Amino acid sequence: MNGRTDVENYLVAMATFACLYALLALGLNLVWGLAGMINLGLVGFFAVGAYVSALATKRGGVPIALGIVAALAVAAVAGAVMALITARLRGDYLAIITLGFSEVVRLVASNEIWLTNGTDGISGIPGPWRGRVSPVAFNVIFLVLAALLVTVVLGVLERVRHSPYGRVLRAIRDDDQVAGVAGKHVLRFKVEAFALSAGVLGVAGALWGHYTSFIAPEVFVPLITIYVVLALTAGGTGNNWGAVLGAFLVVFFMEATRFATGWLPGLGPVQIAALRESLIGLSLLVILRVRPAGLLPERLPRVEPPPAGEAAR
Amino acid sequence: MPGSLEQIAQLAVNGLVAGTVLAVPAIGFTAIYAVLRFPNFSVASHATIGAFAGYVVNTAWHWPAWAAVAAAFVVAGAAGVVNDRLVLRPLRPAGALTTAIGAVALTIVLENVVRFVFGNDLRGYDLPIRRDWQWGPLRIGPQQVENLVIAVVAMLAVFVFLAFTRTGKAMRAVADDTTLASLKGIDAERVARLTNFGGMGLAGVGGMLLGLDTSIDPLTGFRVILSVFAAAVVRGAIAGLAGAGVPHGGRLRRHPARADAAPARPPR
Repeated sequence: MNGRTDVENYLVAMATFACLYALLALGLNLVWGLAGMINLGLVGFFAVGAYVSALATKRGGVPIALGIVAALAVAAVAGAVMALITARLRGDYLAIITLGFSEVVRLVASNEIWLTNGTDGISGIPGPWRGRVSPVAFNVIFLVLAALLVTVVLGVLERVRHSPYGRVLRAIRDDDQVAGVAGKHVLRFKVEAFALSAGVLGVAGALWGHYTSFIAPEVFVPLITIYVVLALTAGGTGNNWGAVLGAFLVVFFMEATRFATGWLPGLGPVQIAALRESLIGLSLLVILRVRPAGLLPERLPRVEPPPAGEAAR
Repeated sequence: MPGSLEQIAQLAVNGLVAGTVLAVPAIGFTAIYAVLRFPNFSVASHATIGAFAGYVVNTAWHWPAWAAVAAAFVVAGAAGVVNDRLVLRPLRPAGALTTAIGAVALTIVLENVVRFVFGNDLRGYDLPIRRDWQWGPLRIGPQQVENLVIAVVAMLAVFVFLAFTRTGKAMRAVADDTTLASLKGIDAERVARLTNFGGMGLAGVGGMLLGLDTSIDPLTGFRVILSVFAAAVVRGAIAGLAGAGVPHGGRLRRHPARADAAPARPPR
């Protein structure tokens, strides 16, 4: 293979991963940016989606599209249950419990060998048209599919954001007691937002499995949560476009550090990996400090005030 | 069946030791939570830092285990104060959740600093080889007993500090009501620093004690963080163990983490 196609394949693969991260960041933005509930265990929902779709398509023999729908459904149910369990807890406890959830998912995936094949993971997960077209064509097809999905999810979430529904979510984020006093069923909104968000995360997980054809518990480490939180924070919490932009920036940044650290002399592979991971953490800290609103800060949709007469009625 | 009964007894002994050891970082986490009012996930990396600090003085300078534990406390505590001042304190005005996210990022950074220096290999402490003690069917290692004793001593020290010293009382006052405490002239800043030193120091001791039982690597702290949270949330158990030692314990027992618990302002 000549150098140019290598570079092209690499760029296609990175763009695909950026799309998957964009889905994750969009999912997080719905629950954290819009509804104000933190989810530090998003990698858990990601893993649930990946395992459901992988098992359904590989063991159950269902079509990939159906596997992805199943991933969405199961992850959404898991999200709804999580939201119900934590409904009465304060935000900081939600952070602890969601972080715990992702670790539980990882432990279950490691130990329920009959179902998940344990730490060996599941390999040979089918991908759309994999094997029937050349690997290069498969990568391009997958990128197109992933980009389409990002567009659809972005469109739906933008609709949600501009709708009265999104306005209620923002009201709950800013003060759920006031929203409750205004007659909104806060718990229902919270559960729905968490479920929908978890569903999006699950879809991203399913795509991940079908793309890489291999999943194992060690794929779903808390570092992925940090990548996604970084992407959303950098892009702009509360802004769907920011989530997508942030995801692409994070993937670009991760790859840039791969090349930058590769040139450093006298470092072993473990040291380089450690350096890259700490750069990710460090950049999140820097962004939280200097630009907490992100590159594309949230802009609230304009709401025309009702005419004076109507307000008085 | 006597066999399984003996097994249960053995598991109970092991569980008692493990649980007591786990209570040490849990108290650290709780103390920081009570005073600064955010879940400081970087307890994980400070446990790792403590474990490695103890490892260095134990293997390079041949300090005995108990002295290495003291070193773990001091190094992890000092790291906790510095990291809080440089990294987490500036984030605190942005809210508990932003600070919590920052703490996760901090943990990733610190873990990787340890990994950069020491690598991923499992490391064991340099301990004398001793035969397990045997009571009938029960076996217990001398190191387990030593860990138990160290953990209990650490908790007693925390209890005495909080219950009887002026600074300890000031800490409890800040945990109860920051505004009221500052009205009485308590320097919340100083209390926050002390809490960080003590809390992260205890996390370091916990990391080292866990490592004494098995081995350590950069993920030592992160692996137990869930159990630490669980222990900290199910505070009845710890509060019972440490007496009134846990600051803020009563308050959280009254309304455990409820959304309507008054969100008091943490010290800057």
